[in-house]
Amino acid sequence: MPAMQVSRYWRHFKEKYRLAGTKCKKCGKIHFPPRQVCNECGSREMEEIQLSGKGKVVSWTIVRNPPSGFEYYKPYPLALVELEEGPIVLAQLTDVSEDEIDFGMEVEMVTRRIREFSEDGIILYGYKFRPVLKTSKD
Amino acid sequence: MKRLLKPIKDVGIVGYGAYIPMYRIKDEEIGRVWGANGFPIQEKSVPGIDEDAATIAIEAARNALKRAKINPQEIRAIWTGTESKPYAVKPTSTIVAQAIGATPDLDAADFEFACKAGTEAVQTAIGFVGSRMAKYAMAIGVDTAQGRPGDHLEFTAAAGGAAYIIGEKSDETVAYFEGSYSYVTDTPDFWRRQHEHYPRHGNRFTGEPAYFRHVINAAKGLMEELGYTPNDFDYAVFHQPNVKFPLTAAKILGFPMEKVKPGLLSGIIGNTYAGATLVGISAVLDIAKPGERILWVSFGSGAGSDAFSIVVQDAIEEKRDLAPKTWDYINRKKYIDYALYAKHRRKYII
Amino acid sequence: MRKVAIIGVGAIPVGEHWGTSLRDMAVEALLNAMDDAGVDKVDSLYVGNMASGSFVEQENLGTLIADFAGLGHIPAVKIEAACASGGAAVQEGFKAVASGLDDIVAVVGVEKMTDAWPTDATRYLAYASDAEYELFNGASFVALNALVMRLYMKEFGATEEDFAHFAVNAHKNGANNPYAMFKKVIKVETALRSPYIADPLKLFDASSVCDGAAAVILAPLDKAKEFTDTPIEIAGIGRAVDTINLANRRELLRLRATIEASRRAYKMAGVEPKDIDVIEVHDAFTIMAAMALEDLGFVPKGQGAKVASEGQIAVDGDYPIQTMGGLKARGHPVGATGVYQTVEAVWQLRIDAGKNQVPDPEIALTQNIGGTGSNITVNILRRV
Repeated sequence: MPAMQVSRYWRHFKEKYRLAGTKCKKCGKIHFPPRQVCNECGSREMEEIQLSGKGKVVSWTIVRNPPSGFEYYKPYPLALVELEEGPIVLAQLTDVSEDEIDFGMEVEMVTRRIREFSEDGIILYGYKFRPVLKTSKD
Repeated sequence: MKRLLKPIKDVGIVGYGAYIPMYRIKDEEIGRVWGANGFPIQEKSVPGIDEDAATIAIEAARNALKRAKINPQEIRAIWTGTESKPYAVKPTSTIVAQAIGATPDLDAADFEFACKAGTEAVQTAIGFVGSRMAKYAMAIGVDTAQGRPGDHLEFTAAAGGAAYIIGEKSDETVAYFEGSYSYVTDTPDFWRRQHEHYPRHGNRFTGEPAYFRHVINAAKGLMEELGYTPNDFDYAVFHQPNVKFPLTAAKILGFPMEKVKPGLLSGIIGNTYAGATLVGISAVLDIAKPGERILWVSFGSGAGSDAFSIVVQDAIEEKRDLAPKTWDYINRKKYIDYALYAKHRRKYII
Repeated sequence: MRKVAIIGVGAIPVGEHWGTSLRDMAVEALLNAMDDAGVDKVDSLYVGNMASGSFVEQENLGTLIADFAGLGHIPAVKIEAACASGGAAVQEGFKAVASGLDDIVAVVGVEKMTDAWPTDATRYLAYASDAEYELFNGASFVALNALVMRLYMKEFGATEEDFAHFAVNAHKNGANNPYAMFKKVIKVETALRSPYIADPLKLFDASSVCDGAAAVILAPLDKAKEFTDTPIEIAGIGRAVDTINLANRRELLRLRATIEASRRAYKMAGVEPKDIDVIEVHDAFTIMAAMALEDLGFVPKGQGAKVASEGQIAVDGDYPIQTMGGLKARGHPVGATGVYQTVEAVWQLRIDAGKNQVPDPEIALTQNIGGTGSNITVNILRRV
């Protein structure tokens, strides 16, 4: 069974699955995670914003001793990613080998499995980032 | 008696998108572990440790949306055909709908018919849109197929999928459906019982009475109904559990190799089950010219085939570049050994 | 506001106390401090503890410890500010005395971490992150600090070897502290050869899971001499928070909460960084020690790691830190750490630090970090 009642996770699906943040209607600051009060100007007038998911790696590490619940995934890269809209997001990198990661590496958001609870528990999905896919038109 | 399936309104593909995980294992490597030699394909795709049918469907759906250039809120149905549902009970399609921002004004469900669950979803979407019940419906075929370790299915069972947004035929559709046809019998060539990890199959029984009988009859039935011969088609995409079966079917039907090859990917990505023909079609759409006609025949064990005839339209030229192409994913590959493959497939108990 | 002094200190050695429970550890440390102060009752009790609910399935520590220490029907409460719980509890005790509400106040910091499975301990600690957005994504505190460390190395050209000197200094001093978890002198190579636990952060850049309890007894300064010949004044306190989520910081390489907390503490004590003789920084990770030296105002930004490799952090150096082993060698029983730091600062100011005695100190500073620098306390102690 899940560690907690599913509502604990379910209420965040929107921002977890597709990186929805908030934008201050007053000063325009964009936040992730979403906030009720702007940490720039103090305004309480917020609107939801869909972030593009494009960004650059600001720093990264390789998690070799993960917290419980992530044991099967180790080792995994964890990074601070600066989104093109401004906010920095902490997220795992995926589909990348350790030696490919570098400062400024361009990445894009994908929705992946974050963890699952025991065989009969729920599966949590969320944003991760991978190196921008190389396409033939590039 | 009319056997052709055709809606009142003509419908087409507004957007399509594929996704194939980046990891590959060579059949040779699987053979190293199980002492086998002589392989059905070269290599197959393996899902990442954080991938499953839902995450693959999400990326395919996002690619389809990019090409469709529509607001996800206009989609009235998302149907995912798969036999590797992350949950035995709980839809995969709701996860996709939530992730692409299509909730809550839509229908969502998962379809199961072994490898033809994806085209099952396409058939249903054609009806949903062609009856004008809805403006857009999304059909997805996806799998992260598993073969029993050491079984010959392990050499082909792969991961991948594609999504199609179906809408009324217009200048915005990249191809339209001329008609479709389904051919189904009760033929247990492959199955998986409740609570079992791996499917069972009838070995050579899966060939002639199952795959060939259904694929060939579906293709013939559709061509008869439409009054076409293989000469009328520029491409043909058949379900591809391996390389040999679709090539043999093409030969029996009279399709030359060059019409089959562009949509035959199983040799390098494996059998993506419910995703197989949808991914094959996406590879063809990536290169096809307006006016070209494509035959599309799936096969699902149990057993049945869906056959479609689609004609490429002008919008393909502008839309195909709006999302990564099928080959972009095929070319993005990282080989892993059996130990890592087993980790990705969660074979270790920790 | 009354002036406040520390009239008694006590602790138990930090370590893996397989045979001792949280309550027994806390009671022992508390009784040691009460004996040191020569009191057999107190007016109130503040318990610094981070995560007893997770680690040992016990909350309501104010009651538990007051009850088992035989303190009667006093007011007692747990104070939680992640790893800064100990420093915060000292401050709450200070407020109770300074306000005139209570005369004799006990503060005990306690954490019993070894009862949890190691990966669970990692998880419980990460409850102090923005759990919904950091722990959810697989972050541990080690990993979050590694992100800062990598960026710091890039920005300021610091090397893994520079950071290793913090571990070496800690172990050197811990070797002379009977209360330290690790009493083994190490070489730079020892630290550099240790495995990566979150690259570029290595095992010896991090403090380890352990158990510990430490306590102080506070009294009004003007009554302190009734209890001890060597009262130590709490001359200034400061506390501040920052964004709970590391990614949301305005500057990733500056601990705003350290800057704010120390500004308040310096102002209250009427001192400046140059007046500080003993610096107990929160070296849970070597990167935090480097940044502490900077943000507390001792060295310019970017020089924190360098002064370690230049040997300036030794007991007889310009910036004596980790004087009794720091979090690295004395140990980091999270919610107890801030109280251990206070006890050690008192030892230094009482000229009771043995082989690790900083020459004739007047003023000591303790910095206690909660979260990834999201909740920080700075306390300034003065010999009177």
